[in-house]
Amino acid sequence: MSSKVPKESWNSRLGIILAVAGSAVGLGNFLRFPGQAAQYGGGAFMVAYFVALVLIGLPICWAEWAIGRKGGQAGLNSSPGILGVVTGQKRFRYLGIIGVIIPVVIYMYYVYIEAWCLGYAVNFAKGSMDFDTVDQAGAFWGQFIGIKEDGSALGFGWTEVGGFLLVVFIFNFFLIYRGLSKGIELFCKYAMPTLIVLAIIILVRVLTLGAPVAEHPENNVQNGLGFMWNPTKTILYERVADEATGAEKWQPLPDGEVVGPRMIADAQERAAADPNLELREIGMATQLLNPQLWLAAAGQIFFSLSVGFGVIITYSSYLKKNDDVVLSGLAATSTNEFCEVGLGGLTTLPAGYAFLGISGVAGMGTFGLGFNVLPMVFSEMPGGQFFGFAFFFLLFLAAVTSSLSMLQPGIAFLEEAMNINRKQSVAILGFVTAAGCAFVVYFSAGVKALDTIDFWVTNLLMVVLATIQIIIFGWVIGIERGFEIAHQGAAIRIPGFFKFIMKYVSPLFLIVVFGAWFYTSVLGFQFGTDEKKYSSYIVDLFIEPNRSAWLSVGVIVLTGAFLTLLTAGGVFKAKTIKEEGSQ
Amino acid sequence: MTIGGWIIMLVSTLSVTGLFGWCIWKVLTTEGEDEKVHGFEIETPDKD
Repeated sequence: MSSKVPKESWNSRLGIILAVAGSAVGLGNFLRFPGQAAQYGGGAFMVAYFVALVLIGLPICWAEWAIGRKGGQAGLNSSPGILGVVTGQKRFRYLGIIGVIIPVVIYMYYVYIEAWCLGYAVNFAKGSMDFDTVDQAGAFWGQFIGIKEDGSALGFGWTEVGGFLLVVFIFNFFLIYRGLSKGIELFCKYAMPTLIVLAIIILVRVLTLGAPVAEHPENNVQNGLGFMWNPTKTILYERVADEATGAEKWQPLPDGEVVGPRMIADAQERAAADPNLELREIGMATQLLNPQLWLAAAGQIFFSLSVGFGVIITYSSYLKKNDDVVLSGLAATSTNEFCEVGLGGLTTLPAGYAFLGISGVAGMGTFGLGFNVLPMVFSEMPGGQFFGFAFFFLLFLAAVTSSLSMLQPGIAFLEEAMNINRKQSVAILGFVTAAGCAFVVYFSAGVKALDTIDFWVTNLLMVVLATIQIIIFGWVIGIERGFEIAHQGAAIRIPGFFKFIMKYVSPLFLIVVFGAWFYTSVLGFQFGTDEKKYSSYIVDLFIEPNRSAWLSVGVIVLTGAFLTLLTAGGVFKAKTIKEEGSQ
Repeated sequence: MTIGGWIIMLVSTLSVTGLFGWCIWKVLTTEGEDEKVHGFEIETPDKD
């Protein structure tokens, strides 16, 4: 039951590794990771981070690579097709739909952020980014993306996002239309090394900044690194009366964290002079008892590696039967980790700290750090025009390699479900994603649409898909058979203890992470306190209903319904597989 | 930056850099890699 269309494939092993790594390396490596690490304990966060890498990152990654290649051998490349064929049960196709919804819906807003990066790179190159304060940079960002009101992001000037969005949208579809090897692979082969070289240049610049603001010598790179990496946090606590019971309790001051001898000495003086203040050291062990830290670390590993995303399973389906997946998976993972920990962890936060100190960077979030703090930092830095351009061009390359990967699962799905060729599927996907992107860009006020879609897709759907995949690998296919599949043509072997991890620990870990997320972010409970506080996403939907938030959830549901209908009536005809040995 | 901070930073960054370097070296030097390089002629057969 094979069609006459031969199966497309990757051009080389390094090509697919760079493509998968490119999919994983994105804004999160340079902006989200440093912020999360600093917020959740610095060095202590790294312990949980590496534990999560071993317990969920690598296992799901290897499972996805193996399942994808196995499905590809049956001539199928879409997540529904692959899950249906590797389990031998067509009903699993419906679970596989999640692996198409995620990348397609994320693309709708990711390409918008990609346009911000290009716009910032171009404006830095033009020399028109000159900010004295973070507020000025924030005002520029707000105007650039139309944050004040819906429909205000559609301008086409140099300082508006519309024109850049059009360019990046066409650029993505031009590359995806060229296909796997001449489009995605070729671009990633040049973009990934360029990205790493740019990141190293910026790293050297940041590490040699010293203390750039003469009036604040305590704001220096070394203290910035300390804020990011110190395993022990030094925090000023304040004694307050509990509103409900009137009992006294100690709570950390909002900007109470201090780093470096000078800040610590000042804080000690304040504490000595005021009996309601106390300087406390929070050790690594204490921080590791905080469930929120583990949730943040697992989430970062998860989103950073793009596991449970629907991309790896599709990418690896284009491999040949005896192409290695174990080393390739590890290589793609390590490339992402190098960019995240080795480059991102040493660059963005210390740079912001050196100019603004702890209050300027703490709790800024991904967009705050990336599009408010850093543009101001670069415009103040010697050679800032070049380094600002280099940084945002780096982010642009990272974003393109990621957004490209989000299109291939949709292309493969439409080809299989509707039995159409690439040209036709590119056209349909182009229309669907353009409509979704127009929605996100139109509802730009407070980045509500973007934020809502991101929250539900990444926190809910990605974890669900990853759990499904690891359960299929360990329980439906069976762990022994799963390892056999993974080791076919493998250049290295997965250590034996991963059988236990992949069968028991990873699914359990994922279920616990999901449960903890549901407990805190959906039900509103807080670990360690009786206080109940709903997240803004729940408030937007159920407590103070917000039109943009509801429409955003509607976009996800509509996309899911469309894909489900196509799956129900889908063809899913296998393509001919051209194996080298059989040619 | 405390001593603990230096240790965690160096261990973290050097271990991921070492793993990255080893993986790339292993990929580029694994025997038989050339056999897995495919021609450009089959890259997008579904385009037509």
